[in-house]
Amino acid sequence: MTTVTMPQLGESVTEGTILAWLKQPGDPIALDDSLCEIETEKVTAELPSPYEGVMGEILVPQGETVDVGAALCTVVEGAAGAAAPSANGHQSSTARASGWSGGPMSIPPDEDKKAPAPAGAPAVEATAPPEADPREPAQAAARTSTKPDQRQRFYSPAVMRLAQEHSVDLAVIRGTGVGGRVTRKDVDAAISGAGTVAPAPAVESGPQSAARAASPAQSAAAYTVVPLTPTRRTIAENLKRSNLEAPQAWTMVEADVTGLVRLRTREKEAFLRQEGVELTLLPYFTLAVCETLREFPMLNARWEGEELRHYGALDIGIAVASAHGLVVPVIHGAGDLNISGLAKRIVDLAQRAQTRKLRLEDIEGGTFTVNNTGSFGSIASKPIVNYPQVGIVTMERVVKRAVVRDEDAIAVRSMVNVCLSFDHRALDGVEAGGFLAALKRRLEAIA
Amino acid sequence: MATMTVIEAVRSTLDEEMARDDRIFLLGEDVEAGGVFRATDGLHAKYGERVIDSPLAESSIIGISIGAAHYGLRPVAEIQFADFIHSGFDQLCSEASRWSYRTNGDSFLPMVVRAPWGGGVHGGQHHSQSIEAYYSHMPGIKVVAPAFPADFRSLLKASILDPNPVLFLEHKRIYRLIKQDVDNAPAETQLSRARITRPGADLTIIAYGFMLHESLSAAETLAGEGIDCMVVDLLTLNPLDTETILESAKATGKVLVVHEDTLTGGLGGEISAIIAEHAFEYLDAPIRRIAGPDVPAMPYHHAMEEFFMPNREKIAAAARDLAAY
Repeated sequence: MTTVTMPQLGESVTEGTILAWLKQPGDPIALDDSLCEIETEKVTAELPSPYEGVMGEILVPQGETVDVGAALCTVVEGAAGAAAPSANGHQSSTARASGWSGGPMSIPPDEDKKAPAPAGAPAVEATAPPEADPREPAQAAARTSTKPDQRQRFYSPAVMRLAQEHSVDLAVIRGTGVGGRVTRKDVDAAISGAGTVAPAPAVESGPQSAARAASPAQSAAAYTVVPLTPTRRTIAENLKRSNLEAPQAWTMVEADVTGLVRLRTREKEAFLRQEGVELTLLPYFTLAVCETLREFPMLNARWEGEELRHYGALDIGIAVASAHGLVVPVIHGAGDLNISGLAKRIVDLAQRAQTRKLRLEDIEGGTFTVNNTGSFGSIASKPIVNYPQVGIVTMERVVKRAVVRDEDAIAVRSMVNVCLSFDHRALDGVEAGGFLAALKRRLEAIA
Repeated sequence: MATMTVIEAVRSTLDEEMARDDRIFLLGEDVEAGGVFRATDGLHAKYGERVIDSPLAESSIIGISIGAAHYGLRPVAEIQFADFIHSGFDQLCSEASRWSYRTNGDSFLPMVVRAPWGGGVHGGQHHSQSIEAYYSHMPGIKVVAPAFPADFRSLLKASILDPNPVLFLEHKRIYRLIKQDVDNAPAETQLSRARITRPGADLTIIAYGFMLHESLSAAETLAGEGIDCMVVDLLTLNPLDTETILESAKATGKVLVVHEDTLTGGLGGEISAIIAEHAFEYLDAPIRRIAGPDVPAMPYHHAMEEFFMPNREKIAAAARDLAAY
């Protein structure tokens, strides 16, 4: 008898609610069979069984919310349950291959003889991670917590196609098929019923687009459907959430960084020699941001549920455009680093982002984000707050401009725009404005 | 004319066609006496030597038909039971099917081979076979298997008029089981066209012959359970009407193919492949097949025959699973 516990489904999730039990006491259970549906503040997921055997006792009734780690049910391992799919040592693989075993789509005996795996059946389980180890429930739970979507649901081709054509977010649709599968009809209902689902906007604009969206069959040849990678989905989810949940205000200041540019020019060769990395403007900018955040701690914060948390440590996210998509690795303890330390950390994180070597802890726990939009030539941008953080600042491209100075003299100066988006729930314009003004002062003071 | 059985539809069509065109003649075992199923009943008395008894030799029946067609006649041969046709396999598949191809379309071979087929009639191993897959594999032979009397009439006429060899399959079980008011039947169909017999939104059942009726019956039962089945009557098995197959598959995203022919190498495989190949993005469930089990022949014992034959209950059960998927 082993106990299955509430997994941690995502960072900062502390509890989960049992939406439905998918197995009842006495039901045979194959490895990775969905035991129940769990809802947390971040995701809804099915809990794959880390064991195979027979469902024992249900310890948490449907509808109840319990802490991560709480016992949910027991599973009697081995024998009886395993006898259903097969009697030998290949139980788990057999169970996986037949897919519907125990479900309503079981294989009729006549087909069973010639066709051990009916057409299409393996697809149901093809999303299951192949390396599941029945002896390590913790591992299984950890897998769920980092990649809930990969294990959680199988989408049929029809469902994927409809969702893409109508820009439907499948994650929010409640499935009525076997094991909670989202069916074509569920998507149809979401498209027609909700009305919140807009026809695909992005492909092209102009008067034709509405008509095209209305007749998917005709428009099929007009564009290429790009399958969404998990990274793309995560980016999309996070940005959408930020825009939906955080009312964001935007403001910009212009700073004269002629002194900073000269300093960097003076230092860069010696710096490369001594430190082994290129000296860019970004470490200076990050250092100035850190110092300014100490002055305005309300921006070094996270909006967690109903709680606004101000942080003492400065864990600064740096947006990196990698070949695999946007990632925001975090310089933990950035407030303790000098220019050299920041430069090395930025180079290290950016390189590891490019080579996909970032660890989970490298991308978690940021308290504020810096975005070097100037690197692709932008002179003004409106960043989206990296939820649940409350502020993000950009350093735009440094450009030489003719500037009217104090005594009405016109001078050629190196100018940079600094843009700030902030979650207006967490702070007001006066604080945001104060932050930017102080940042500007710092940048202009560097010489 | 009004209401008639399948066998009456066949007989009346043969009669009408023979009256229309005196090049048409019938040959087969015992056809002068009306045939074992009475499809040619009374025709010998009416048309005399245009209805000819043949020896018990199917290769000869088909071979004679090929020769007669070459000479400008319009033979309509009867194979007493489809099970017996295979001794004429070489004549059909190596000769008749290729004639137009061999002559680069310069000449054609207008002939029809009628064959009562299928099980569920307690016919045992030698009087129950489904033979359609063997001959549907052969390009150059059209294979037709209607389910309703009106379609028997229109498609038998079309088969006789067609310039190519047509294997016209008549399911024994429905000869007298199915009646239809042929004057008020759905619009006449053409060779190589399937028909959506019953519209539906939840899943598509594709069938032909006797199984079409079992599928319609299952669909009726399921309608009472809130499951809305589309039912497609293939009508022509070679060439398949891929357009209608794909249209019906795309409409529901869930497809169940039913035939009493054995599973492996049966038409269900070809239909599934067509759908998987051309409508993959519309599929919402694995394609399901209900078919006879892979055993060599239809068993004689009643219980075993029941086990072998797909029926409305088996179809409904599979359709329920598919609807729930």
